Amino acid sequence: MTSMPLARRRRGRQVWRDTAVGWSFLLPNFAGFALLTLVPVALLFYYAFTSWNVFGGAEWTGLDNVRQMLHDASFRTALRNTLYYTVFHIPLTLVAALALALLLNRRLRGVAFFRTVAFFPYITSIVALAQVWNMLFSPGYGPINAALRGLGVDHPPGWTTSADWSMPAVIVVGTWREMGYYMLLFLAGLQTIPGQLYEAAKVDGANAWQRLRAVTIPGLRPTTFFVVVMLTIGSFKVFDLILVMTNGGPGQSTLVLSQYIYQKGFVENQFGYASTVSIALFLICFGVTAAQFLINRRGSDS
Amino acid sequence: MTLRHAPPVERVSLEPLPRRRRSGYRFLGYAALVLAAAAVLLPFYWMAMSSLKANNDVYTIPVRWLPDPVVWRNYLDIWQKSDLTTWLKNTLILSVVVTFLQVLTGSFAAYGFAKVRFPGRTALFLAYIGTLAVPWQSYMIPQFILFSKLHLSDTLWAIVALQAFGAFGVFLMKQYYESIPDELLDAARIDGMSEYGIWRRIMLPLSVPALASLTLLTLVSTWNDYMGPLIYLRSRDLWTIQIGLKTFVNTYNAEYALIMTGSVLSVLPIAIIFLLGQRYFVEGIASTGLKG
Repeated sequence: MTSMPLARRRRGRQVWRDTAVGWSFLLPNFAGFALLTLVPVALLFYYAFTSWNVFGGAEWTGLDNVRQMLHDASFRTALRNTLYYTVFHIPLTLVAALALALLLNRRLRGVAFFRTVAFFPYITSIVALAQVWNMLFSPGYGPINAALRGLGVDHPPGWTTSADWSMPAVIVVGTWREMGYYMLLFLAGLQTIPGQLYEAAKVDGANAWQRLRAVTIPGLRPTTFFVVVMLTIGSFKVFDLILVMTNGGPGQSTLVLSQYIYQKGFVENQFGYASTVSIALFLICFGVTAAQFLINRRGSDS
Repeated sequence: MTLRHAPPVERVSLEPLPRRRRSGYRFLGYAALVLAAAAVLLPFYWMAMSSLKANNDVYTIPVRWLPDPVVWRNYLDIWQKSDLTTWLKNTLILSVVVTFLQVLTGSFAAYGFAKVRFPGRTALFLAYIGTLAVPWQSYMIPQFILFSKLHLSDTLWAIVALQAFGAFGVFLMKQYYESIPDELLDAARIDGMSEYGIWRRIMLPLSVPALASLTLLTLVSTWNDYMGPLIYLRSRDLWTIQIGLKTFVNTYNAEYALIMTGSVLSVLPIAIIFLLGQRYFVEGIASTGLKG
Protein backbone atom coordinates (compact mmCIF):
# COMPACT_ATOMS: atom_id res chain seq x y z
CA MET A 1 0.00 0.00 0.00
CA THR A 2 2.65 2.48 0.96
CA SER A 3 5.05 1.59 -1.82
CA MET A 4 2.87 3.02 -4.61
CA PRO A 5 2.85 6.68 -3.54
CA LEU A 6 6.48 6.41 -2.61
CA ALA A 7 7.37 5.18 -6.12
CA ARG A 8 5.25 7.93 -7.61
CA ARG A 9 6.90 10.51 -5.44
CA ARG A 10 10.28 9.19 -6.44
CA ARG A 11 9.29 9.37 -10.07
CA GLY A 12 8.05 12.90 -9.58
CA ARG A 13 11.38 13.83 -8.07
CA GLN A 14 13.15 12.18 -11.01
CA VAL A 15 11.11 14.25 -13.51
CA TRP A 16 11.87 17.39 -11.55
CA ARG A 17 15.57 16.58 -11.57
CA ASP A 18 15.60 15.79 -15.29
CA THR A 19 13.88 19.08 -15.97
CA ALA A 20 16.47 20.96 -13.99
CA VAL A 21 19.33 19.13 -15.71
CA GLY A 22 17.74 19.62 -19.14
CA TRP A 23 17.28 23.33 -18.59
CA SER A 24 20.79 23.72 -17.30
CA PHE A 25 22.03 22.40 -20.64
CA LEU A 26 19.74 24.66 -22.63
CA LEU A 27 20.22 27.79 -20.61
CA PRO A 28 23.51 29.18 -21.95
CA ASN A 29 22.19 29.08 -25.48
CA PHE A 30 18.55 29.72 -24.68
CA ALA A 31 19.21 32.84 -22.62
CA GLY A 32 21.01 34.43 -25.55
CA PHE A 33 18.52 33.09 -28.05
CA ALA A 34 15.46 34.28 -26.12
CA LEU A 35 16.83 37.74 -25.41
CA LEU A 36 18.36 38.39 -28.80
CA THR A 37 15.89 36.66 -31.12
CA LEU A 38 12.58 35.84 -29.43
CA VAL A 39 12.21 39.21 -27.71
CA PRO A 40 12.82 41.18 -30.94
CA VAL A 41 10.31 39.02 -32.79
CA ALA A 42 7.73 39.74 -30.09
CA LEU A 43 8.57 43.45 -30.03
CA LEU A 44 8.08 43.59 -33.78
CA PHE A 45 4.38 43.08 -33.35
CA TYR A 46 4.19 46.01 -30.96
CA TYR A 47 6.35 48.47 -32.90
CA ALA A 48 4.43 47.83 -36.09
CA PHE A 49 1.43 49.65 -34.66
CA THR A 50 3.31 52.66 -33.39
CA SER A 51 4.69 55.77 -34.94
CA TRP A 52 8.27 55.97 -33.88
CA ASN A 53 11.39 57.72 -34.98
CA VAL A 54 14.69 58.14 -33.14
CA PHE A 55 13.44 61.29 -31.45
CA GLY A 56 10.71 60.51 -28.97
CA GLY A 57 9.30 57.13 -28.09
CA ALA A 58 6.83 54.76 -29.60
CA GLU A 59 3.34 56.15 -29.86
CA TRP A 60 0.42 53.82 -30.47
CA THR A 61 -1.23 54.63 -33.77
CA GLY A 62 -3.22 51.49 -34.40
CA LEU A 63 -3.64 50.62 -38.04
CA ASP A 64 -2.29 53.92 -39.40
CA ASN A 65 0.92 52.28 -40.59
CA VAL A 66 -0.97 49.51 -42.34
CA ARG A 67 -3.13 52.08 -44.11
CA GLN A 68 -0.04 54.03 -45.11
CA MET A 69 1.60 50.88 -46.41
CA LEU A 70 -1.33 49.92 -48.59
CA HIS A 71 -1.11 53.32 -50.33
CA ASP A 72 2.65 53.39 -50.52
CA ALA A 73 3.80 53.19 -54.15
CA SER A 74 7.39 52.34 -53.13
CA PHE A 75 6.14 49.45 -51.01
CA ARG A 76 4.19 48.12 -53.96
CA THR A 77 7.27 48.42 -56.18
CA ALA A 78 9.35 46.59 -53.61
CA LEU A 79 6.73 43.86 -53.33
CA ARG A 80 6.49 43.51 -57.11
CA ASN A 81 10.28 43.32 -57.47
CA THR A 82 10.51 40.74 -54.70
CA LEU A 83 7.93 38.61 -56.50
CA TYR A 84 9.80 39.10 -59.78
CA TYR A 85 13.00 37.83 -58.18
CA THR A 86 11.20 34.94 -56.48
CA VAL A 87 9.30 33.75 -59.54
CA PHE A 88 12.47 33.40 -61.57
CA HIS A 89 14.99 32.54 -58.91
CA ILE A 90 13.15 29.51 -57.51
CA PRO A 91 12.63 27.50 -60.72
CA LEU A 92 16.02 28.45 -62.18
CA THR A 93 17.91 27.42 -59.06
CA LEU A 94 15.83 24.30 -58.65
CA VAL A 95 16.49 23.09 -62.19
CA ALA A 96 20.17 24.05 -62.14
CA ALA A 97 20.73 22.37 -58.77
CA LEU A 98 18.91 19.19 -59.79
CA ALA A 99 20.73 19.01 -63.12
CA LEU A 100 24.09 19.42 -61.39
CA ALA A 101 23.19 16.78 -58.81
CA LEU A 102 22.16 14.28 -61.49
CA LEU A 103 25.35 15.00 -63.38
CA LEU A 104 27.50 14.52 -60.29
CA ASN A 105 25.67 11.41 -59.17
CA ARG A 106 27.23 9.50 -62.07
CA ARG A 107 30.53 7.73 -61.93
CA LEU A 108 32.65 10.22 -63.81
CA ARG A 109 36.21 11.21 -63.14
CA GLY A 110 36.55 14.60 -61.47
CA VAL A 111 33.13 14.50 -59.84
CA ALA A 112 34.55 15.02 -56.36
CA PHE A 113 36.51 18.01 -57.57
CA PHE A 114 33.48 19.53 -59.19
CA ARG A 115 31.33 19.03 -56.11
CA THR A 116 33.83 21.22 -54.29
CA VAL A 117 33.88 23.77 -57.06
CA ALA A 118 30.10 24.09 -57.36
CA PHE A 119 29.70 24.72 -53.65
CA PHE A 120 32.41 27.34 -53.44
CA PRO A 121 30.36 30.38 -54.59
CA TYR A 122 27.94 29.76 -51.74
CA ILE A 123 30.57 30.31 -49.07
CA THR A 124 32.24 33.23 -50.80
CA SER A 125 31.38 36.66 -49.47
CA ILE A 126 28.68 38.53 -51.35
CA VAL A 127 30.67 41.75 -51.34
CA ALA A 128 33.54 40.26 -53.33
CA LEU A 129 31.23 38.36 -55.67
CA ALA A 130 29.12 41.42 -56.39
CA GLN A 131 32.22 43.37 -57.44
CA VAL A 132 33.33 40.64 -59.82
CA TRP A 133 29.92 40.20 -61.35
CA ASN A 134 29.42 43.91 -61.76
CA MET A 135 32.65 43.94 -63.75
CA LEU A 136 31.65 40.90 -65.78
CA PHE A 137 28.31 42.57 -66.51
CA SER A 138 29.91 45.90 -67.40
CA PRO A 139 27.96 47.03 -70.49
CA GLY A 140 30.78 48.49 -72.55
CA TYR A 141 33.84 46.43 -71.78
CA GLY A 142 32.71 43.45 -69.71
CA PRO A 143 33.39 39.93 -70.95
CA ILE A 144 29.72 38.94 -70.89
CA ASN A 145 28.71 41.55 -73.40
CA ALA A 146 31.90 40.92 -75.36
CA ALA A 147 30.80 37.30 -75.66
CA LEU A 148 27.28 38.35 -76.64
CA ARG A 149 28.65 40.62 -79.35
CA GLY A 150 30.79 37.75 -80.54
CA LEU A 151 27.61 35.69 -80.83
CA GLY A 152 26.08 38.36 -83.04
CA VAL A 153 24.01 40.34 -80.53
CA ASP A 154 24.41 43.91 -81.77
CA HIS A 155 23.02 45.72 -78.77
CA PRO A 156 23.68 43.62 -75.70
CA PRO A 157 21.77 44.62 -72.54
CA GLY A 158 23.04 47.24 -70.12
CA TRP A 159 22.61 44.81 -67.19
CA THR A 160 23.03 46.59 -63.86
CA THR A 161 22.97 50.01 -65.50
CA SER A 162 19.58 49.43 -67.12
CA ALA A 163 16.26 49.42 -65.31
CA ASP A 164 15.00 46.54 -67.46
CA TRP A 165 18.01 44.29 -67.12
CA SER A 166 19.22 44.90 -63.58
CA MET A 167 16.83 42.35 -62.07
CA PRO A 168 17.78 39.60 -64.55
CA ALA A 169 21.44 40.29 -63.73
CA VAL A 170 20.75 39.92 -60.00
CA ILE A 171 18.77 36.73 -60.62
CA VAL A 172 21.64 35.24 -62.60
CA VAL A 173 24.09 35.94 -59.80
CA GLY A 174 21.69 34.68 -57.12
CA THR A 175 21.13 31.44 -59.01
CA TRP A 176 24.82 30.99 -59.76
CA ARG A 177 25.69 31.50 -56.13
CA GLU A 178 23.11 29.20 -54.56
CA MET A 179 22.81 26.30 -57.01
CA GLY A 180 25.80 24.49 -55.51
CA TYR A 181 24.24 24.56 -52.07
CA TYR A 182 20.93 23.07 -53.19
CA MET A 183 22.86 20.64 -55.37
CA LEU A 184 24.34 19.19 -52.17
CA LEU A 185 20.86 18.69 -50.75
CA PHE A 186 19.75 16.94 -53.93
CA LEU A 187 22.86 14.76 -53.91
CA ALA A 188 22.05 13.72 -50.35
CA GLY A 189 18.49 12.99 -51.46
CA LEU A 190 19.66 10.89 -54.40
CA GLN A 191 21.60 8.65 -52.02
CA THR A 192 18.34 7.65 -50.36
CA ILE A 193 16.79 6.24 -53.55
CA PRO A 194 17.40 2.47 -53.56
CA GLY A 195 19.42 1.19 -56.51
CA GLN A 196 17.03 -1.74 -57.03
CA LEU A 197 14.37 0.67 -58.26
CA TYR A 198 16.64 1.69 -61.13
CA GLU A 199 17.48 -1.94 -61.86
CA ALA A 200 13.81 -2.82 -61.94
CA ALA A 201 13.03 0.09 -64.24
CA LYS A 202 15.86 -0.98 -66.55
CA VAL A 203 14.55 -4.54 -66.68
CA ASP A 204 11.16 -3.11 -67.61
CA GLY A 205 12.86 -1.35 -70.51
CA ALA A 206 12.62 2.23 -69.24
CA ASN A 207 15.07 4.60 -70.89
CA ALA A 208 17.04 7.23 -69.05
CA TRP A 209 14.35 9.88 -69.38
CA GLN A 210 11.63 7.51 -68.19
CA ARG A 211 13.76 6.43 -65.25
CA LEU A 212 14.20 10.08 -64.31
CA ARG A 213 10.45 10.68 -64.49
CA ALA A 214 9.33 7.48 -62.80
CA VAL A 215 12.04 6.82 -60.23
CA THR A 216 14.26 9.82 -59.55
CA ILE A 217 11.72 12.65 -59.39
CA PRO A 218 9.24 10.78 -57.12
CA GLY A 219 12.11 9.52 -55.00
CA LEU A 220 13.39 13.05 -54.51
CA ARG A 221 10.00 14.36 -53.46
CA PRO A 222 10.85 15.07 -49.79
CA THR A 223 14.13 16.73 -50.79
CA THR A 224 12.46 18.79 -53.47
CA PHE A 225 9.82 19.95 -51.05
CA PHE A 226 12.42 21.01 -48.54
CA VAL A 227 14.49 22.76 -51.20
CA VAL A 228 11.46 24.66 -52.48
CA VAL A 229 10.57 25.82 -48.96
CA MET A 230 14.13 27.00 -48.31
CA LEU A 231 14.36 28.65 -51.70
CA THR A 232 11.08 30.46 -51.18
CA ILE A 233 12.07 31.95 -47.85
CA GLY A 234 15.50 32.74 -49.25
CA SER A 235 14.04 34.51 -52.26
CA PHE A 236 11.54 36.59 -50.35
CA LYS A 237 14.18 37.82 -47.97
CA VAL A 238 16.82 38.48 -50.66
CA PHE A 239 18.81 41.41 -49.40
CA ASP A 240 22.57 41.73 -49.19
CA LEU A 241 23.13 40.55 -52.75
CA ILE A 242 20.94 43.35 -54.07
CA LEU A 243 22.17 45.92 -51.58
CA VAL A 244 25.76 45.34 -52.64
CA MET A 245 25.24 44.73 -56.34
CA THR A 246 22.72 47.37 -57.39
CA ASN A 247 21.65 49.11 -54.17
CA GLY A 248 18.08 48.78 -55.43
CA GLY A 249 18.74 50.69 -58.61
CA PRO A 250 18.82 51.97 -61.19
CA GLY A 251 15.84 53.95 -59.92
CA GLN A 252 13.78 51.47 -57.95
CA SER A 253 14.17 48.66 -60.47
CA THR A 254 15.69 46.21 -57.97
CA LEU A 255 14.27 47.58 -54.73
CA VAL A 256 13.09 44.58 -52.69
CA LEU A 257 11.15 44.29 -49.45
CA SER A 258 14.10 43.65 -47.14
CA GLN A 259 15.90 46.61 -48.55
CA TYR A 260 12.85 48.80 -48.19
CA ILE A 261 12.70 47.85 -44.50
CA TYR A 262 16.37 48.74 -44.17
CA GLN A 263 15.86 52.05 -45.94
CA LYS A 264 12.82 53.09 -43.89
CA GLY A 265 14.35 51.93 -40.62
CA PHE A 266 18.04 52.66 -40.74
CA VAL A 267 18.25 55.43 -43.33
CA GLU A 268 15.03 57.35 -42.62
CA ASN A 269 14.74 56.29 -38.96
CA GLN A 270 11.03 55.45 -39.25
CA PHE A 271 11.20 52.43 -36.98
CA GLY A 272 7.44 52.08 -36.60
CA TYR A 273 6.65 52.05 -40.28
CA ALA A 274 9.66 49.85 -41.06
CA SER A 275 8.29 47.34 -38.52
CA THR A 276 4.97 47.29 -40.34
CA VAL A 277 6.71 46.45 -43.61
CA SER A 278 8.69 43.82 -41.67
CA ILE A 279 5.45 42.20 -40.59
CA ALA A 280 4.30 42.15 -44.20
CA LEU A 281 7.50 40.31 -45.12
CA PHE A 282 7.10 37.97 -42.18
CA LEU A 283 3.48 37.18 -43.05
CA ILE A 284 4.30 36.55 -46.70
CA CYS A 285 7.06 34.10 -45.79
CA PHE A 286 4.92 32.44 -43.17
CA GLY A 287 1.85 32.23 -45.40
CA VAL A 288 3.69 30.81 -48.39
CA THR A 289 5.52 28.25 -46.26
CA ALA A 290 2.29 27.17 -44.57
CA ALA A 291 0.58 26.84 -47.95
CA GLN A 292 3.46 24.72 -49.23
CA PHE A 293 3.19 22.42 -46.23
CA LEU A 294 -0.56 22.01 -46.80
CA ILE A 295 -0.15 21.29 -50.50
CA ASN A 296 2.64 18.85 -49.78
CA ARG A 297 0.55 16.97 -47.24
CA ARG A 298 -2.43 16.77 -49.57
CA GLY A 299 -0.15 15.59 -52.38
CA SER A 300 1.42 12.83 -50.32
CA ASP A 301 -1.97 11.62 -49.04
CA SER A 302 -3.39 10.96 -52.48
CA MET B 1 17.03 -4.76 -87.91
CA THR B 2 20.02 -6.46 -86.32
CA LEU B 3 18.31 -6.37 -82.98
CA ARG B 4 15.27 -8.23 -84.21
CA HIS B 5 17.38 -11.07 -85.63
CA ALA B 6 19.86 -11.21 -82.83
CA PRO B 7 19.93 -14.40 -80.76
CA PRO B 8 18.04 -14.09 -77.47
CA VAL B 9 21.18 -14.44 -75.39
CA GLU B 10 22.43 -11.09 -76.62
CA ARG B 11 19.17 -9.36 -75.79
CA VAL B 12 19.26 -10.56 -72.23
CA SER B 13 22.86 -9.71 -71.45
CA LEU B 14 22.46 -6.21 -72.95
CA GLU B 15 26.20 -5.60 -72.70
CA PRO B 16 27.60 -5.41 -76.22
CA LEU B 17 24.93 -3.22 -77.79
CA PRO B 18 24.83 -0.09 -75.59
CA ARG B 19 28.60 0.21 -75.29
CA ARG B 20 28.86 2.79 -78.05
CA ARG B 21 25.90 4.69 -76.74
CA ARG B 22 27.28 4.57 -73.24
CA SER B 23 30.61 6.05 -74.27
CA GLY B 24 28.61 8.72 -76.09
CA TYR B 25 26.74 9.47 -72.88
CA ARG B 26 30.03 9.48 -71.04
CA PHE B 27 31.41 12.06 -73.42
CA LEU B 28 28.30 14.19 -73.03
CA GLY B 29 28.62 13.89 -69.27
CA TYR B 30 32.19 15.12 -69.33
CA ALA B 31 31.33 17.93 -71.69
CA ALA B 32 28.54 19.07 -69.36
CA LEU B 33 30.87 18.77 -66.38
CA VAL B 34 33.57 20.90 -67.99
CA LEU B 35 31.03 23.49 -69.09
CA ALA B 36 29.47 23.74 -65.64
CA ALA B 37 32.87 23.94 -63.93
CA ALA B 38 33.89 26.73 -66.29
CA ALA B 39 30.68 28.64 -65.57
CA VAL B 40 31.22 28.36 -61.83
CA LEU B 41 34.94 29.13 -61.86
CA LEU B 42 35.07 31.88 -64.46
CA PRO B 43 34.18 34.72 -62.05
CA PHE B 44 36.88 33.54 -59.67
CA TYR B 45 39.38 33.36 -62.47
CA TRP B 46 38.42 36.86 -63.55
CA MET B 47 38.86 38.08 -59.98
CA ALA B 48 42.32 36.57 -59.56
CA MET B 49 43.49 37.60 -62.99
CA SER B 50 42.27 41.19 -62.75
CA SER B 51 43.91 41.54 -59.34
CA LEU B 52 47.27 41.08 -61.07
CA LYS B 53 46.65 43.51 -63.90
CA ALA B 54 47.56 47.14 -64.27
CA ASN B 55 44.42 49.17 -63.74
CA ASN B 56 44.17 50.18 -67.40
CA ASP B 57 44.36 46.58 -68.53
CA VAL B 58 41.31 45.35 -66.62
CA TYR B 59 38.80 46.44 -69.24
CA THR B 60 40.05 45.91 -72.77
CA ILE B 61 38.53 45.09 -76.11
CA PRO B 62 39.01 42.29 -76.88
CA VAL B 63 39.04 40.81 -73.37
CA ARG B 64 42.53 39.73 -72.34
CA TRP B 65 42.53 36.55 -70.33
CA LEU B 66 46.05 36.77 -68.99
CA PRO B 67 47.63 39.65 -67.07
CA ASP B 68 50.48 41.18 -69.04
CA PRO B 69 52.49 42.58 -67.37
CA VAL B 70 51.80 40.84 -64.06
CA VAL B 71 51.45 43.56 -61.45
CA TRP B 72 52.31 42.01 -58.09
CA ARG B 73 52.54 45.51 -56.66
CA ASN B 74 48.74 45.58 -56.26
CA TYR B 75 49.15 43.21 -53.36
CA LEU B 76 51.49 45.66 -51.64
CA ASP B 77 49.59 48.83 -52.50
CA ILE B 78 46.30 47.68 -51.08
CA TRP B 79 47.72 47.52 -47.55
CA GLN B 80 48.74 51.17 -47.80
CA LYS B 81 45.55 52.42 -49.41
CA SER B 82 43.22 50.73 -46.95
CA ASP B 83 42.99 49.64 -43.32
CA LEU B 84 43.10 46.03 -44.37
CA THR B 85 45.11 45.05 -41.27
CA THR B 86 42.46 46.45 -38.92
CA TRP B 87 39.62 44.88 -40.89
CA LEU B 88 41.24 41.47 -40.96
CA LYS B 89 42.08 41.66 -37.27
CA ASN B 90 38.51 42.56 -36.28
CA THR B 91 37.04 39.90 -38.54
CA LEU B 92 39.38 37.28 -37.15
CA ILE B 93 38.56 38.17 -33.54
CA LEU B 94 34.83 38.07 -34.26
CA SER B 95 35.01 34.81 -36.18
CA VAL B 96 36.91 33.06 -33.41
CA VAL B 97 34.77 34.37 -30.53
CA VAL B 98 31.46 33.75 -32.30
CA THR B 99 32.46 30.28 -33.39
CA PHE B 100 33.69 29.33 -29.93
CA LEU B 101 30.46 30.48 -28.28
CA GLN B 102 28.21 28.97 -30.92
CA VAL B 103 29.89 25.57 -30.79
CA LEU B 104 30.03 25.54 -27.00
CA THR B 105 26.47 26.67 -26.25
CA GLY B 106 25.06 24.89 -29.30
CA SER B 107 26.44 21.48 -28.46
CA PHE B 108 25.56 21.95 -24.81
CA ALA B 109 21.94 22.80 -25.58
CA ALA B 110 21.76 20.06 -28.18
CA TYR B 111 22.59 17.53 -25.50
CA GLY B 112 19.67 18.79 -23.45
CA PHE B 113 17.36 18.45 -26.44
CA ALA B 114 18.63 15.09 -27.63
CA LYS B 115 19.43 13.14 -24.48
CA VAL B 116 17.63 14.57 -21.46
CA ARG B 117 13.91 13.90 -21.27
CA PHE B 118 11.82 16.58 -19.60
CA PRO B 119 8.38 18.09 -20.10
CA GLY B 120 8.16 20.96 -22.59
CA ARG B 121 11.22 19.83 -24.50
CA THR B 122 9.45 19.34 -27.82
CA ALA B 123 7.61 22.65 -27.66
CA LEU B 124 10.81 24.47 -26.89
CA PHE B 125 12.62 22.82 -29.75
CA LEU B 126 9.84 23.81 -32.10
CA ALA B 127 10.34 27.43 -31.03
CA TYR B 128 13.98 27.09 -32.04
CA ILE B 129 13.19 25.56 -35.39
CA GLY B 130 10.37 28.02 -35.99
CA THR B 131 12.70 31.00 -35.83
CA LEU B 132 14.90 29.43 -38.49
CA ALA B 133 12.00 30.05 -40.86
CA VAL B 134 11.53 33.66 -39.73
CA PRO B 135 13.68 35.89 -41.93
CA TRP B 136 16.17 37.90 -39.91
CA GLN B 137 15.31 40.88 -42.09
CA SER B 138 11.85 40.98 -40.57
CA TYR B 139 13.07 41.46 -37.00
CA MET B 140 16.31 43.36 -37.54
CA ILE B 141 14.58 46.65 -36.64
CA PRO B 142 13.34 45.69 -33.15
CA GLN B 143 16.61 43.84 -32.62
CA PHE B 144 18.53 46.98 -33.42
CA ILE B 145 16.46 49.00 -30.95
CA LEU B 146 17.00 46.37 -28.30
CA PHE B 147 20.74 46.22 -28.92
CA SER B 148 20.94 50.00 -28.73
CA LYS B 149 19.20 49.94 -25.36
CA LEU B 150 21.65 47.31 -24.18
CA HIS B 151 24.48 49.61 -25.36
CA LEU B 152 25.72 46.94 -27.70
CA SER B 153 25.54 48.95 -30.87
CA ASP B 154 28.84 50.20 -32.26
CA THR B 155 30.76 47.57 -30.34
CA LEU B 156 32.08 44.23 -31.57
CA TRP B 157 29.81 42.62 -28.94
CA ALA B 158 26.82 43.43 -31.14
CA ILE B 159 28.09 41.02 -33.79
CA VAL B 160 28.89 38.39 -31.16
CA ALA B 161 25.38 38.67 -29.76
CA LEU B 162 23.91 38.57 -33.25
CA GLN B 163 25.67 35.42 -34.38
CA ALA B 164 26.68 33.34 -31.38
CA PHE B 165 23.32 32.06 -30.11
CA GLY B 166 21.74 31.01 -33.35
CA ALA B 167 19.36 28.08 -33.53
CA PHE B 168 21.37 26.57 -36.35
CA GLY B 169 24.12 25.17 -34.16
CA VAL B 170 21.63 23.58 -31.78
CA PHE B 171 19.82 21.99 -34.69
CA LEU B 172 22.95 20.61 -36.34
CA MET B 173 24.35 19.15 -33.13
CA LYS B 174 21.02 17.67 -32.08
CA GLN B 175 20.72 15.84 -35.39
CA TYR B 176 24.11 14.29 -34.75
CA TYR B 177 23.60 13.48 -31.07
CA GLU B 178 20.43 11.60 -31.86
CA SER B 179 22.45 9.15 -33.92
CA ILE B 180 24.50 8.22 -30.84
CA PRO B 181 22.84 5.25 -29.08
CA ASP B 182 21.30 5.85 -25.64
CA GLU B 183 22.70 2.54 -24.33
CA LEU B 184 26.14 4.09 -24.34
CA LEU B 185 24.96 6.90 -22.08
CA ASP B 186 23.01 4.54 -19.82
CA ALA B 187 26.15 2.53 -19.26
CA ALA B 188 27.97 5.69 -18.23
CA ARG B 189 25.08 6.70 -15.97
CA ILE B 190 25.20 3.35 -14.20
CA ASP B 191 28.90 3.94 -13.66
CA GLY B 192 27.87 7.10 -11.83
CA MET B 193 28.87 9.66 -14.39
CA SER B 194 26.89 12.91 -14.26
CA GLU B 195 25.08 14.26 -17.33
CA TYR B 196 27.70 16.99 -17.64
CA GLY B 197 30.43 14.40 -17.50
CA ILE B 198 28.71 12.39 -20.21
CA TRP B 199 28.51 15.46 -22.42
CA ARG B 200 32.14 16.30 -21.81
CA ARG B 201 33.71 12.84 -21.91
CA ILE B 202 31.45 10.86 -24.23
CA MET B 203 29.42 13.15 -26.46
CA LEU B 204 32.07 15.71 -27.36
CA PRO B 205 34.72 13.16 -28.40
CA LEU B 206 32.14 11.18 -30.38
CA SER B 207 30.80 14.21 -32.22
CA VAL B 208 34.05 15.58 -33.59
CA PRO B 209 32.83 15.48 -37.22
CA ALA B 210 29.68 17.44 -36.37
CA LEU B 211 31.69 19.87 -34.25
CA ALA B 212 34.03 20.38 -37.18
CA SER B 213 31.10 21.04 -39.53
CA LEU B 214 29.56 23.55 -37.15
CA THR B 215 32.90 25.24 -36.50
CA LEU B 216 33.66 25.70 -40.18
CA LEU B 217 30.16 26.81 -41.18
CA THR B 218 29.99 29.34 -38.34
CA LEU B 219 33.48 30.61 -39.06
CA VAL B 220 32.65 31.20 -42.71
CA SER B 221 29.30 32.84 -42.13
CA THR B 222 30.76 35.21 -39.53
CA TRP B 223 33.63 36.05 -41.85
CA ASN B 224 31.23 36.77 -44.71
CA ASP B 225 28.58 38.63 -42.74
CA TYR B 226 27.92 42.00 -44.28
CA MET B 227 24.57 43.12 -42.88
CA GLY B 228 25.45 42.79 -39.19
CA PRO B 229 28.55 44.99 -39.40
CA LEU B 230 26.75 47.40 -41.75
CA ILE B 231 24.02 48.04 -39.22
CA TYR B 232 25.99 47.89 -36.00
CA LEU B 233 29.57 48.95 -36.61
CA ARG B 234 29.79 52.67 -37.27
CA SER B 235 33.32 53.41 -36.03
CA ARG B 236 36.03 52.87 -38.62
CA ASP B 237 38.31 51.03 -36.23
CA LEU B 238 35.65 48.37 -35.65
CA TRP B 239 35.06 47.57 -39.30
CA THR B 240 35.26 44.03 -40.58
CA ILE B 241 36.66 42.93 -43.91
CA GLN B 242 33.30 42.93 -45.68
CA ILE B 243 32.24 46.39 -44.62
CA GLY B 244 35.76 47.68 -45.19
CA LEU B 245 35.96 46.21 -48.66
CA LYS B 246 32.61 47.69 -49.60
CA THR B 247 33.69 51.14 -48.44
CA PHE B 248 36.95 50.74 -50.30
CA VAL B 249 34.97 49.95 -53.45
CA ASN B 250 32.87 53.07 -52.99
CA THR B 251 35.91 55.28 -52.40
CA TYR B 252 38.16 53.96 -55.16
CA ASN B 253 35.44 53.00 -57.61
CA ALA B 254 37.72 53.33 -60.65
CA GLU B 255 40.62 51.31 -59.20
CA TYR B 256 39.34 48.10 -60.72
CA ALA B 257 42.51 46.11 -60.25
CA LEU B 258 42.88 47.08 -56.60
CA ILE B 259 39.22 46.29 -55.91
CA MET B 260 39.84 42.81 -57.26
CA THR B 261 43.01 42.55 -55.17
CA GLY B 262 40.98 43.35 -52.05
CA SER B 263 38.32 40.87 -53.09
CA VAL B 264 40.89 38.12 -53.54
CA LEU B 265 42.35 38.85 -50.12
CA SER B 266 38.90 38.75 -48.52
CA VAL B 267 38.07 35.41 -50.14
CA LEU B 268 41.45 33.74 -49.75
CA PRO B 269 41.16 32.71 -46.07
CA ILE B 270 37.75 31.19 -46.76
CA ALA B 271 39.09 29.35 -49.79
CA ILE B 272 41.90 27.85 -47.72
CA ILE B 273 39.58 26.82 -44.90
CA PHE B 274 37.18 25.35 -47.40
CA LEU B 275 39.83 23.34 -49.22
CA LEU B 276 41.16 21.93 -45.96
CA GLY B 277 37.79 21.00 -44.52
CA GLN B 278 35.48 20.59 -47.51
CA ARG B 279 34.33 17.19 -46.26
CA TYR B 280 32.88 18.80 -43.12
CA PHE B 281 31.12 21.52 -45.05
CA VAL B 282 29.42 18.97 -47.25
CA GLU B 283 28.45 16.74 -44.31
CA GLY B 284 27.16 19.66 -42.27
CA ILE B 285 24.98 20.87 -45.11
CA ALA B 286 23.74 17.42 -46.06
CA SER B 287 22.74 16.55 -42.50
CA THR B 288 20.79 19.72 -41.78
CA GLY B 289 20.04 21.32 -45.09
CA LEU B 290 19.94 24.69 -43.39
CA LYS B 291 22.38 27.48 -43.66
CA GLY B 292 22.11 31.10 -44.55
